Amino acid sequence: MPKEQIEEYLETIYDIAGLKGKAKTTEIAERLKNAPASVTEVLQRMNRDGLVKYEPYQGASLTKKGENIVIRIKRKHRLLEVFLDKVLHLPREHIHNQACKMEHVINDETEQALCKTLGVPTKCPHGLPIPPCNINLKSCDECLSEDNPIHDERKQKLISITTLKPGKKGKIAFIRGGRHVVQRLCDLGLTNGTSVSLVREAPLKGPIEICVRGCKIVIGRGIAEKIFIQIEET
Amino acid sequence: MQKPDLTIALAGNANVGKSVIFNQLTGLGQIIGNWPGKTVEKAEGLLVHHGKNIKVIDLPGIYSLSTYSQEELVSREYIALGHPEVVVNVIDATALERNLFFTLQLIEMEAPLVLAINLADIAKKKGININYNLLGEILGLPVVPTIATKGIGVHEIVDEALKIATNKMVIGKSKIRYGPEIEKCIKTLEQLLSVKKIGYPLRWTAIKLLEEDVEIQRIVEDIAPDVVKKAKDLSKEIEKIHKEPCATVISSERYATAARIVSEVQTYEQPHKPSRGELLDAISMHSFWGYIVLFLLMLAILGFISFFGGWLTESIENLFEQFNPNILGFWPELAWNGAVIGFYASLAVALGFILPFYIILGVLEDSGYLPKVAYLMDRPCHTMGLHGKAVMPLLVALGCNVPACAGCRILETDRDRFIALVLSTLVPCSARTVVILGLVGAFIGVEWAFALYIFDFLLIFLIGRTLNKILPGASVGIIMEMPPYRTPSVNVVLKQAWVRFKPFLLTAIPLIILGSVIVEAMRLTSTLSTISDFLSPLTVVWLGLPAFTGFLFIFGILRKEAALVLLITVAGTTDISSVMSPLQMVVFTLVIMIYVPCVATIAAMIRETGWKRALEITVFEIGLAILIGGVAFRLLNPFL
Repeated sequence: MPKEQIEEYLETIYDIAGLKGKAKTTEIAERLKNAPASVTEVLQRMNRDGLVKYEPYQGASLTKKGENIVIRIKRKHRLLEVFLDKVLHLPREHIHNQACKMEHVINDETEQALCKTLGVPTKCPHGLPIPPCNINLKSCDECLSEDNPIHDERKQKLISITTLKPGKKGKIAFIRGGRHVVQRLCDLGLTNGTSVSLVREAPLKGPIEICVRGCKIVIGRGIAEKIFIQIEET
Repeated sequence: MQKPDLTIALAGNANVGKSVIFNQLTGLGQIIGNWPGKTVEKAEGLLVHHGKNIKVIDLPGIYSLSTYSQEELVSREYIALGHPEVVVNVIDATALERNLFFTLQLIEMEAPLVLAINLADIAKKKGININYNLLGEILGLPVVPTIATKGIGVHEIVDEALKIATNKMVIGKSKIRYGPEIEKCIKTLEQLLSVKKIGYPLRWTAIKLLEEDVEIQRIVEDIAPDVVKKAKDLSKEIEKIHKEPCATVISSERYATAARIVSEVQTYEQPHKPSRGELLDAISMHSFWGYIVLFLLMLAILGFISFFGGWLTESIENLFEQFNPNILGFWPELAWNGAVIGFYASLAVALGFILPFYIILGVLEDSGYLPKVAYLMDRPCHTMGLHGKAVMPLLVALGCNVPACAGCRILETDRDRFIALVLSTLVPCSARTVVILGLVGAFIGVEWAFALYIFDFLLIFLIGRTLNKILPGASVGIIMEMPPYRTPSVNVVLKQAWVRFKPFLLTAIPLIILGSVIVEAMRLTSTLSTISDFLSPLTVVWLGLPAFTGFLFIFGILRKEAALVLLITVAGTTDISSVMSPLQMVVFTLVIMIYVPCVATIAAMIRETGWKRALEITVFEIGLAILIGGVAFRLLNPFL
């Protein structure tokens, strides 16, 4: 099965159901403009390859492996959108379709170079977050300051602290953002490797409250989205 | 004032109780409350202890000696260059690790330190046990456990401070050691710096240069530009090794040291059930119920004050009217209608509205509710180009706009501070509450008073949005410590209310009585109309108000509550409905609510943003009030 097709399927499932939910076969078929029968066939094959978990009549959900591919593709897609918008100044309505095609062909080196050239963007032109790369670095400064080739890939997936469920814990992996904000958070005890838990979040994308080193700290959504953590395995 | 024998400075994280200790030591009334950032300026006081005159300095609370905020710079400069004989580092026992992070920096600055571990009782309740002696031994510093709100341990702090100042005790210098690669860089820089005169301690300066601290770079640049360059190169090297900015590496190592100390001196037993604070948090910060609680609380406060103030005003009038001699003639009328009515009306206003308001505000502040509101309101604040912290000065402004102006300094950027400043001067303060509740609430109905409040808040919201659109730049996000709830102390709340209330008794009441006598004299000599006629195109024609209100507006610039008292003087009775129709009351109150902040607030604005901006805000608000008043007169006509 071609890589492009697999990636398109994974993305569609993600768009419909997110990281955890189930996407119905009919919905997938509708989005991809394919016949439900052939969609079922592809899903079954992907199930065998461990990319999705497919249950007949219920739909398909992403596995860990599938999830990693999707996040990677979304990153490439959104980076490309920024590039097409900010650098090439293409009309907004064209960039999504272009990025959809290009995302499947660029390699990791191009992805890293794009990220650096664009000044480490955090959101695509439509306002959706760009997931962090999985290069094994502690901060973006490191990547920007050196002309490094690709680093070893991170062992574990990183997520933004805002995607944690209340009461859940993680370890700070890195904080994206200006020197000032990073230093401020560091002064309050959010140094790399520190264990943090999400206490609660305010409605409508309001701030979050976290617990770190026995203290409660409130952080605005914009800043919190740039704090990336590693889930602690217990 | 006598020259002090020695100076001690109180330093530490925000909201650990520095101001409480300051008040205990000096007997002064520094405003305190359970929210981070209420002390924005350093305060000074005197204490006599064992025959020695001691100057005590209360510094704003900070988390680090970097230069993220104005307060950090102020505190750092004072500790390093003000040369206090002793620095008392006040520490929150319930957050030892983060507090020690700051202590370690003070040690690096070679400040002569005494550690006051405050909130010792609350820590114990939380299951935190600290071995104070061991902590003192490890750090080589005198350590005093304290419960500042009860005054426990406070005088022991001074005893220890005196010992240090008189050299009876030698402070052991325990320095944190960083990783070998960083230590090597520090050594190199220390050697280069040792031949120069900087004023700051050498090792500390070297570390700050490695952290690329802009302020220190600027200072050293003048004396030794080559050292700054060298430091930049070195910190690049460290960045290469650690793959993190050098400042972050150093902070991490400091935190690691702090964590190691904590693990040695502290034991922790998880309490069996969730504390009351957690439960209250779950409700008051809930995504839905949190907002309901906030709304009901505001409603209850206004309802209570409206009811209580109305009742007290009436009772006081009845009490005094028994003695009304009812004699006609210039002097008796001047004495009774001017002085006596002026006196009891202002007393009624003070005791019925202002004092209870200050007490309630004190309870809210002391309990730690304000930061919860900041959390809840962060999102709505963003539409006004502010973040949640701005809510705290805005809530303080409900009491009085003057401290709110200074309170805006807890915000990080000039833009945020300016927007918050403009909005605070529009918040209905207790003086305006007097007019809203005492006039509209009492004579038309509480629902109209509420409507005026809601209108004012909408207006604030709209102006905030507009300013956000006009002013360039965008707000930074909120980063704020969330203090736990504490049971408000009756003692502290009453003292606090008294501190705020005293200037009202001493300056406002005499001023209002004076104004009342002047108004009565002018009424009796028929000169009141001369001034009022001059303003009548505005007051009578545009706003539809009685002519005499012109004078009230002018006097109201001094004190807004005076407008109500003088209205009573003009009417000759607290029954104002005899001289004003309901519609006129609403228009009058609207204009009073918006037209110009009182002189004291204008002065505070000048201090915060300068003449030009303050003038602009004042002119804008006068224009806005006149516009809204006139429109309201025409629109509300069918309803009232």
